[in-house]
Amino acid sequence: MNNHGNKENGNHNGSHPGAGHLEIQAVSKAYGVGPLRQVVLEDCSLTVESGKLTVIIGPSGCGKTTLINLLAGYDTVDAGTILIDGNPVRGPGRDRLVVFQETALFPWMTTFQNVVYGPQVRGEKHKGNLEAEAMELLRKVGLADFRDKYPTQLSGGMQRRAELVRALINTPKVMMMDEPFRGLDAMTRELMQEYYVRLFEEHRLTNLFVTSEIEEAIFLADRLIILSNRPTKVRTVIEITLPRPREFTMLTSREYLNYKQEALEILHQEAMKAFASGSQAAVADFLEAYSVTRSTEKTEQKP
Amino acid sequence: MTNQPNHHYFLGINLIKLRKQIFSKTTSRGIVAVIAAVILWEICSRLKVPIIGMIPAPSSVIKSLRALLMDTFYWESWVVSFKRVFVGFIVAQIVGIPLGLAMGISRHFRDLTFPIIEIFRPIPPLAWVPTAVIFWPTPEMSITFVTFLGAFFTLVLNILGGVKNVDIRYVRAAKSLGSSNGDIFWRIILPATFPSLFTGMTVGMGITWEVVVAAEMIASRSGLGFLTWRSYIAGDYPVIVIGMISIGVAGYLSSALIRLLGGRLTPWLKII
Repeated sequence: MNNHGNKENGNHNGSHPGAGHLEIQAVSKAYGVGPLRQVVLEDCSLTVESGKLTVIIGPSGCGKTTLINLLAGYDTVDAGTILIDGNPVRGPGRDRLVVFQETALFPWMTTFQNVVYGPQVRGEKHKGNLEAEAMELLRKVGLADFRDKYPTQLSGGMQRRAELVRALINTPKVMMMDEPFRGLDAMTRELMQEYYVRLFEEHRLTNLFVTSEIEEAIFLADRLIILSNRPTKVRTVIEITLPRPREFTMLTSREYLNYKQEALEILHQEAMKAFASGSQAAVADFLEAYSVTRSTEKTEQKP
Repeated sequence: MTNQPNHHYFLGINLIKLRKQIFSKTTSRGIVAVIAAVILWEICSRLKVPIIGMIPAPSSVIKSLRALLMDTFYWESWVVSFKRVFVGFIVAQIVGIPLGLAMGISRHFRDLTFPIIEIFRPIPPLAWVPTAVIFWPTPEMSITFVTFLGAFFTLVLNILGGVKNVDIRYVRAAKSLGSSNGDIFWRIILPATFPSLFTGMTVGMGITWEVVVAAEMIASRSGLGFLTWRSYIAGDYPVIVIGMISIGVAGYLSSALIRLLGGRLTPWLKII
């Protein structure tokens, strides 16, 4: 690690226009030792541009979650550097907040207590202001009436929304979403995507969104990064220029379908490559890719 | 902590819910079952059915109970046993909770203390009775010490397990949000161990009653255990039954108290 000063603990009030530029340079990460050693990331480089919604998509088990853990500072790189606005990432910090697939809301706190936890422990913000701000955000995601409920009393979708608000109130430089809507039913998922894309379009924080769902990826993204199978590298970056605010009606537009076709072809190639390599995870990847293709047939696209 | 409307609550009990519970079908079935069992017991006793028939009949137990309820010795036995259980239990909390937490948090401290705990833990508390009588100045203190042991080890191990099982996601999220180490301890690790603490307390309370009764039979001249034992020596069989039932009721009341406390401590687990 190098010795740059880390400015992440400085004061920042309000949002950070143009902040949160992430630079991942030649990062490697392996787990285990000896014959159990598994290289997850090898010489992986990518950029997350500030103020944009970058979506990372790739076959399951390709190291997406590892990447998020490294970015969040929960784990350290074996080699390479991760820079946020030019400063190396060191340990967890409120400038990079993650929403995971499984809820990490504190079960012993109510929705409201969870949301104000961050500013409270940092001793920021006047009590009255904080409450007003928290309620404003909760109202936006339709959780105002659930402020005094515990996470176990909320549905999966509500939990994810509460978590989104808990992160957002800290105005992080980067919001990281690790397959946050996985495991939700189709209806809830669509609703969540809508809430999420509205929040993004309003706040314009740098967002990094990891998913394995192609439709979700294109609907949300400004930039779509497709990862190759292990060793994980950037296979392709597609700039998605669909207009904002995003609407679900766009899902039938020619532009959208073209993006989808392009992304699908690359994902399919990757899956086939993995399948040919004979790895065990490859079978799962192939099945996943297959199910994606099938869903295209429904929209009358050639696979 | 929660904004529950207060007019339905008394001592932390939801009165409406309590009323519903008391007048529920489950409760009435339970009452019918108990009455049926008592009648069956009376019949067995009158018919001199082998083994079961040897137990004093409910009618004679009730007759003895009427006399015993007027007897101060009976009530003193309750007070004495309760005092022993609660003093031992509370001291076990005071010593055990910080110890368990410290062991869970600090690897060094755990390495130093765990072997000692593991050597002493398998020794049944009752095996301590002779030693306790020798090294504590009064019999009262020795019995309280033995009840303390009954609750202590279970509690420590439960808390230790609780701390070690705190989900890493909560700690990570708390760190990301800017928590100090103090925040992580007081607002994350501590509440996260409440459920295991509560389990440890419930189990510990059960063991404490087992221990106190046996210890009273061996090394004391007071308490519900002694009352039962004395009745056996004196051949006053109905009082043996009363002693047993009293111990059962005392244990039940203690557990109910712990449940109440546990419910207050972990409000997020109550609601499904």
